[in-house]
Amino acid sequence: AWASYMTNSPTLIVMIGLPARGKTYMSKKLTRYLNWIGVPTKVFNLGVYRREAVKSYKSYDFFRHDNKEAMEIRKRCALVALEDVKSYLLEECGQIAVRSSALKIVLHQGSSKLPGVFFVESVCDDPEVIAANILEVKVSSPDYPERHRENVMDDFLKRIECYKVTYEPLDPDANDKDLSFIKVINVGQRFLVNRVQDYIQSKIVYYLMNIHVQPRTIYLCRHGESEYNLLGRIGGDSGLSARGKQFSQALKKFIEEQEIVDLKVWTSQLKRTIQTAESLGVLYEQWKILNEIDAGVCEEMTYAEIEAKYPDEFAMRDQEKYLYRYPGGESYQDLVQRLEPVIMELERQGNVLVISHQAVMRCLLAYFLDKSADELPYLRCPLHTILKLTPVAYGCKVETITLNVEAVNTHRDKPSLNSHDLPSRQSPVRMRRNSFTPRASADTVKRPRHHSLGSKPLHLLGPLPSLE
Amino acid sequence: VCMTNCPTLIVMVGLPARGKTYISKKLTRYLNWIGVPTKEFNVGQYRRDLVKKYKSFEFFLPDNEEGLKIRKQCALAALNDVRQYLSEENGHVAVFDATNTTRERRETIYKFGEENGYKTFFVESVCVDPEVIAANIVQVKLGSPDYVDCSNDEATEDFMKRIECYKNSYETLDETLDKDLSYIKIMDVGRSYLVNRVMDHIQSRIVYYLMNIHVTPRSIYLCRHGESELNLKGRIGGDPGLSVRGKEFAKCLAQFINEQNIKDLKVWTSQMKRTIQTAEALGVPYEQWKVLNEIDAGVCEEMTYEEIQENYPLEFALRDQDKYRYRYPKGESYEDLVQRLEPVIMELERQENVLVICHQAVMRCLLAYFLDKPAEQLPYLKCPLHTVLKLTPVAYG
Repeated sequence: AWASYMTNSPTLIVMIGLPARGKTYMSKKLTRYLNWIGVPTKVFNLGVYRREAVKSYKSYDFFRHDNKEAMEIRKRCALVALEDVKSYLLEECGQIAVRSSALKIVLHQGSSKLPGVFFVESVCDDPEVIAANILEVKVSSPDYPERHRENVMDDFLKRIECYKVTYEPLDPDANDKDLSFIKVINVGQRFLVNRVQDYIQSKIVYYLMNIHVQPRTIYLCRHGESEYNLLGRIGGDSGLSARGKQFSQALKKFIEEQEIVDLKVWTSQLKRTIQTAESLGVLYEQWKILNEIDAGVCEEMTYAEIEAKYPDEFAMRDQEKYLYRYPGGESYQDLVQRLEPVIMELERQGNVLVISHQAVMRCLLAYFLDKSADELPYLRCPLHTILKLTPVAYGCKVETITLNVEAVNTHRDKPSLNSHDLPSRQSPVRMRRNSFTPRASADTVKRPRHHSLGSKPLHLLGPLPSLE
Repeated sequence: VCMTNCPTLIVMVGLPARGKTYISKKLTRYLNWIGVPTKEFNVGQYRRDLVKKYKSFEFFLPDNEEGLKIRKQCALAALNDVRQYLSEENGHVAVFDATNTTRERRETIYKFGEENGYKTFFVESVCVDPEVIAANIVQVKLGSPDYVDCSNDEATEDFMKRIECYKNSYETLDETLDKDLSYIKIMDVGRSYLVNRVMDHIQSRIVYYLMNIHVTPRSIYLCRHGESELNLKGRIGGDPGLSVRGKEFAKCLAQFINEQNIKDLKVWTSQMKRTIQTAEALGVPYEQWKVLNEIDAGVCEEMTYEEIQENYPLEFALRDQDKYRYRYPKGESYEDLVQRLEPVIMELERQENVLVICHQAVMRCLLAYFLDKPAEQLPYLKCPLHTVLKLTPVAYG
């Protein structure tokens, strides 16, 4: 992935802030985003380590800063966590480790390959926001299995007080002016950014500045069934079939019933999504980058035809569907890279309906549901089905809504294969991606391109110029 | 994505020699390139037009009644032109470049924005490093029309006194007092940033851009792949390999790069054979960007211009009429190309020394960004084969 190329040395992201300031929320979301764009990232949550060490939580007394025994335990947990971080970054070749805890830690200079350190501090003084956080995520925490809600709130607020005594916020003017960090203030109202060192830190800052916590819903669906779907052909730029048109009408009804406030509708620049959106009778925007994966030389063929004409390609694709790039076309990995601006804009927006295509929808879904690259190309995204995504706590709730309009099944499961003896790093698909082999095929084939709708026909302003 | 619903007024804030004009011009150039009509309004320029001859820093003394009157007049004249540009001439963004160092002045401008339905975004540049300030003065102030008859020493002395005139009344954007305004405060040429209340997509893009630019000296080298087999046949597009002469060029390029002795040079190519083969000859690691691929000529791929004229005479004529916006059937337009190249530009801003080996249409788009060429000129910029363009940022360009 491009993003992977750009990160040379590992990065350690350290979260800072009092409890209930959204640290774990940001850690998990950031980790999900970074993994999706291809930067291996892992979260190390101190709270989890502490729960391992102290089997049952009694009360906020554990967090009092004069509780010596507890302090020892917490310090030990921090050191264990750091060891795990080191092993992840150096031995398991992770790129980024995100440490989530309320303590500001002092890094020990030990190993020669030091990670670049980037601090993310969340500062919040709005009591309403804090109370809402506690209700949303703390009440259901393993620390409070049987507790009454009010007791939880009470205990947790006292826990926060314990930390406040020793809390030293990042100070850009004096003590911490040489550190690289971003301070997120009041859930994104304000940001203070200091000494961004490299590409990945700049992407992290941009991402954190674009996410928000306002409640909203994202609807993902494919275009209605197309003529090519009926023929079993992939790609191309066909129009909707009769059942596809039926689906558009059903979609319109569904959207109206949902009574969504300020819904934005996005489509690709291919006929089938545009025709689907047209039936809704609302304004919609066409994004070229939402176009379906480019199957290159295999465009408009059926899977049977591909297997007959390009048996090696067909086999390679089944072996590593995420990385496999159609000759003259794209891979799922390319698709993720091209969809990144859509994800960024989806983060900024409120209620959105995205009408796209199978491969595209799989990539978007993988982002929201934190699916790995192995699972992504096999996610189920059937025609005539809407996925309604609602952010909750640390993740996303998914509701599947089938609109009862029949359609063909375009899903292919991963076939069981004979494993080859080569280590995964040397699979045929990966070897082909080596930069010392030109990626384009030897004989260039004239391949049909997608018709770009949306370019208005230009009118001739004058007579045709003479050909002399 | 439609970026601007209502027009945006960007207001620069800061003492003289803090890079306000540098930022204004660069931001304006970037926004215009990505297709957001933007114009900058430099109040200093209005002052020069009104007061024909600059005498000395005394014009800027806080108790100089005459001076104050003229400066206020200029600011209002500039705001008037802003209103005309945004409300009548379909501009989307106006950059109001002046010191705007007092809260009172900023209040006036903010009210102006509100009355006219503009969103206001402040960009403040704060810098206390005397070396940076001195370097700025040397780069851009000494050659200013204000100091055309002075020696360098005289000019520098006068300018430093000019800065002093502003210092006493300077009210920097404050976290508490200005907490309801939308702004970014840039400290020490990008060491740190304070960002407050970003309102919409365009402000978020502006912030991202400002956080990625730097002023470290460096050079960007742009060139096309070596001559290709299809070039020889006069055919456009496709994915051919290099011709014999093309391979020679690749070798010469390698030699040239070695001679230049460039520190930490990054090399980027597209994912098409001809740029990859060119880079191979350099013997250094390089990165392949798909978005650097040549413009997609759709149905016209691999045809000669004669064949296009014969088979698609209407398309051929239409392209000549509006080459920037014309989209090949089933292909792309220059406008599409600019959109897909934007991440390259952003990354080029972040990087230092880079060599980009690309294609004719792509190189034209990149060049237009760096040389601030408008859309009409972009598709006609000269980018011949076997020629390297070395770009070095200086002053405001």
